[in-house]
Amino acid sequence: MTLMEINAGDTAWVLVSAALVFLMTPGLAFFYGGMVRMKSVLNMMMMSAITIGVVTVLWIVVGYSLTFGGDNGGVIGNFSAAGLKGLLAPEAVSGTIPTLSFVAFQLMFAIITPALISGAIADRASFRGWIVFVALWTSLVYFPVAHSVWFLDGEGGGGFIGTGIKAVDFAGGTAVHVNAGAAALALAIVLGKRIGWRKDPMRPHSLPLVVLGAGLLWFGWFGFNAGSALSAGTTAAITFVNTQAATAAAVIGWLIVERIRHGKATTLGMASGAVAGLVAITPSCGAVTPVGALILGVVAGAICAFAVSLKYKLGFDDSLDVVGVHLVGGLVGSLAIGFLGSAAAPSAVDGLFYGGGAGQLGRQALANLIVGVYSFVVAFILAKLIDKTIGFRVKEDDEVTGVDQVEHAETAYDFLAAAGLRGHSTVRTTAAPVEDTDTDDDAEKKEGVNA
Amino acid sequence: MKLITAVVKPHKLEDVRAALETFGVTGMTVTEASGYGRQKGHTEVYRGAEYEVDLVPKVRLEVAVEDGDSADVVDVIVKAAQTGKIGDGKVWVTPVETIVRVRTGERDGDAL
Repeated sequence: MTLMEINAGDTAWVLVSAALVFLMTPGLAFFYGGMVRMKSVLNMMMMSAITIGVVTVLWIVVGYSLTFGGDNGGVIGNFSAAGLKGLLAPEAVSGTIPTLSFVAFQLMFAIITPALISGAIADRASFRGWIVFVALWTSLVYFPVAHSVWFLDGEGGGGFIGTGIKAVDFAGGTAVHVNAGAAALALAIVLGKRIGWRKDPMRPHSLPLVVLGAGLLWFGWFGFNAGSALSAGTTAAITFVNTQAATAAAVIGWLIVERIRHGKATTLGMASGAVAGLVAITPSCGAVTPVGALILGVVAGAICAFAVSLKYKLGFDDSLDVVGVHLVGGLVGSLAIGFLGSAAAPSAVDGLFYGGGAGQLGRQALANLIVGVYSFVVAFILAKLIDKTIGFRVKEDDEVTGVDQVEHAETAYDFLAAAGLRGHSTVRTTAAPVEDTDTDDDAEKKEGVNA
Repeated sequence: MKLITAVVKPHKLEDVRAALETFGVTGMTVTEASGYGRQKGHTEVYRGAEYEVDLVPKVRLEVAVEDGDSADVVDVIVKAAQTGKIGDGKVWVTPVETIVRVRTGERDGDAL
């Protein structure tokens, strides 16, 4: 590769996409933060935010190198690019973009993947335990899995899942969502149920925050999927359209299920359906047609709407449904390639419905099984180890008080002050804003009201 | 002397207050309250999990009046608070032995 091959349009698109994907993590913080109770919202947001800190450092020091620097048996890279060594040189080019722009883009994936897991352990995790888990899981699970799925050695070989099994994972259904969802299941089991689960109301404290978060996720996801084309061209355009199609259809799919089951279409259902659709189209956005994406979306939305009830049936407290939305949504999207994959799309595989036989379906299933089991087992062991050593779950009293106060010495909302300002007076509307020009009479009236 | 207590929908508070002021009632105590009557609250659904919300927000008004005014005051409150829909609230009248104005020590009718 030479400097001449750098394409400004491609580079611009990938750098913009990296920024879009970055925005997904704060978006996730809002999405998850709104779904927890008032006493845990800051901790929930901090669990997302700290992955930015921990994973960025790891990525620069060894993560990029272990994921995309060389190959050891198709499962892990090496330390050849540790500290991003050699990547400042003008000849450090990947395809048509500077390698460092690829480093930045992939970093954002590495950040959001562990952040996704945090939704399973809302309200009860020790922040210290979470930080240690993020560092270890990212190193032992994310780096090798991402390598196995995505690394290409430039000579037709590479990671054993992408080039050996030949499973398609365009933007991370297997490497990100099934991977995170399986780990989330392990953590929910190891940490156990929240105090009062299924007895106390644990309803979302702010649905507007959830909608804000879902909106930011949807926006950022265009970078996630269309950026994965790594070029500003047809593939990016197709994946962009497919992302929109599947997500919109998934909103409808989820809401239809809700309307039938409960008689109402809910705001949380709308936001959840959107995320389920985004998750499901992630592996397949380069493998299906826009019509295929619509079908995939509506099916994924409906299935995930049912899947979030699994935790009640099976008895694990996956607080914010990481399993129901990410593990199940990722699986649906990935397996859908085996049915809806069209050779006309960039990934160039025909699924069952397009005369491709069952081969691709098998490859998709095998890839997800391997990643899911590996992630679950390692996450389970890590969580147990952390729990036995430094502790992974806060004390009972602290959980009741709230992890915001106990873990961060903060609370999100100051209702006491609000109540003091409001007093017991009736709110009256005035034609124009009133300046603070209290006359003696006004002061007396106020005194009277408050007396 | 009678104490009239009314539990009404929060958004009807201003209507009731204005109607009572027009009638000539000079003061009242208002408390934020929650509760339920025949309507038994409502059901909320979050990702398929149903929450029975038994207690719905209400305001509780208390007005002390002379015996002769109590029936009229009850009528004024009912008329102002009525929407015709379930959950409009209740009004009840309780006999009061004594009322004392804390500032002056005046009692009963003078204290109103």
